[in-house]
Amino acid sequence: MLAAGDPLFADGVDLTVVLIVIAKTVVVFGAMLVSVLLLIWFERKLVADMQARIGPNRAGKFGVLQTLADGIKLFFKEDFLPTQADRRVYRLAPYLATVPAFLSFAIVPIGGTVTIAGHQTRLQLADPPVGILFLLAMSSIAVYGVMLAGWSSGSKYPLLGAVRGSAQMVSYEAALGLSTVAVVLVTGSLLTSDIVAGQSGEGLFGIIPNWNVLRLGFIPFVVFFIAGTAESNRPPFDLVEAEQELVGGFHTEYSALRFALFFLAEFMNTITISAIMVTLFLGGPSGPGPDSGLIGALLPVFWFLLKVFAMLCVFVWLRATLPRFRYDRLMDLGWKKLIPLSLAWLLIQAAFLVDVKWGIVVFTGAAVMGVLLWRAMEVGHGATEHEAPAPPKFQEVR
Amino acid sequence: MVAQNIVFGVLAVAMGLAAIRVVTTKNVVHAALYLVVVLAGVAALYILLAAEFIAVVQVIIYIGAIVLLILFGTMLTRAPIGRASDLDNDQRWLGVVVALLLLGVMGSVLADAFGSTKLPKAPQIQRTGDVGLSIFQTYVVPFEVVSVLLLAALVGAVVIARRD
Repeated sequence: MLAAGDPLFADGVDLTVVLIVIAKTVVVFGAMLVSVLLLIWFERKLVADMQARIGPNRAGKFGVLQTLADGIKLFFKEDFLPTQADRRVYRLAPYLATVPAFLSFAIVPIGGTVTIAGHQTRLQLADPPVGILFLLAMSSIAVYGVMLAGWSSGSKYPLLGAVRGSAQMVSYEAALGLSTVAVVLVTGSLLTSDIVAGQSGEGLFGIIPNWNVLRLGFIPFVVFFIAGTAESNRPPFDLVEAEQELVGGFHTEYSALRFALFFLAEFMNTITISAIMVTLFLGGPSGPGPDSGLIGALLPVFWFLLKVFAMLCVFVWLRATLPRFRYDRLMDLGWKKLIPLSLAWLLIQAAFLVDVKWGIVVFTGAAVMGVLLWRAMEVGHGATEHEAPAPPKFQEVR
Repeated sequence: MVAQNIVFGVLAVAMGLAAIRVVTTKNVVHAALYLVVVLAGVAALYILLAAEFIAVVQVIIYIGAIVLLILFGTMLTRAPIGRASDLDNDQRWLGVVVALLLLGVMGSVLADAFGSTKLPKAPQIQRTGDVGLSIFQTYVVPFEVVSVLLLAALVGAVVIARRD
């Protein structure tokens, strides 16, 4: 097995292995770039449809080449460097945003195992033993891109956007990690290939799939979905950019190719978070079909792409539907709702794994505690309400 | 093992240079970024020792949380672009003394514990499960003590930050 479970290549590598790894990297990178181009077009077109507009329709059939045209335009534009900017950090920041967005896709299993030139290899760029923790490490590095871009611009709107955005990303990373722990708990492994393999069997009644989204009782999936949306700064959590309040947010001062890199990173993150969600909760490449032959090798890839496409449609739909969160509500949702919810659910799940009796006991206990806590907060709100200062009245203009 | 020694040499030189820049640079944000380079070097050293889990945790905790909070704090209060003149003060010699004392204590502890131990020829791959088992079985009491200490720090921070 190629490089699986052997981070140091202790058994040695030969030229074929190196060539296979390079080929896989190039193919995945190219596919990511093309899908970002298509996703931007698709998003503009679908949002336009939902808002009864036409959307891009000039470049190519149905305007499908619009993003390519935009990209070429940005490539030839002048790269502007503000005088107040911190030069080196300003130049570094776009790459700190783009590289982790691509790297975290490396752990996603795209299909089953294939044989190339006598070497068995997984349709997956890397399968490190730390598996899903790699995603958390990459998403914590991605924060630096936003933060340093905002600071190094030497301008107040980018700085405000960056401080806001990095606080948001750090807050939601906790919820993201806790909902991932639920998946690791039932799988018993950090490897993404094991997580996918654990979901591949038949579920209840032989019809319902054995996916984690059902096995874990929806709550970790919902938490991961919300946290992932916030982590990739997609609407309705796009407070980093917030055009109406912050001009353009953290990338206000950026232009030309560097701006394009931020755009690329955002859409790559959307694809990556969809693919990770498919891997963790929706069974990855598993689906009905034969196991052997050419169809057996290609069908899992088809199922994987179909599921990712479905998730991407949901993301575009959310963007067209929901208004942006207010900042205090965003922090409320993250710290006071998502994190306690996922912690309590994790405890219940662990108890059910030990024994059904324990599970019921912990579930009842958590429910009672939750109701008591809610009641206490209601009483607290009621007690402070009459003491709070009345809202200011408008004075009559004479 | 030759390749590993070369990689170690490169990493050690890069980390040393970055560590010197942390204390000599005239910009707070640059100092924090050089600190990121040092900590990333530590993570790379862990990977070199085939301790992947510790390496990733190093990235998540130190780079992704601690330095980020340092940066966050400086940006919320003041983080000027360009050189700052008031970064040095007259306590630098005291700092040197404390640093040397720390080096002595940690060095002697390490030499005392592992002075004659040699790394095995073949790299021992540390599985995440092994690390988890040793934390929650062998070292469960120190783990809980550290947790209580962190909780105390958290409560203290809330008390300090409260307005009333």
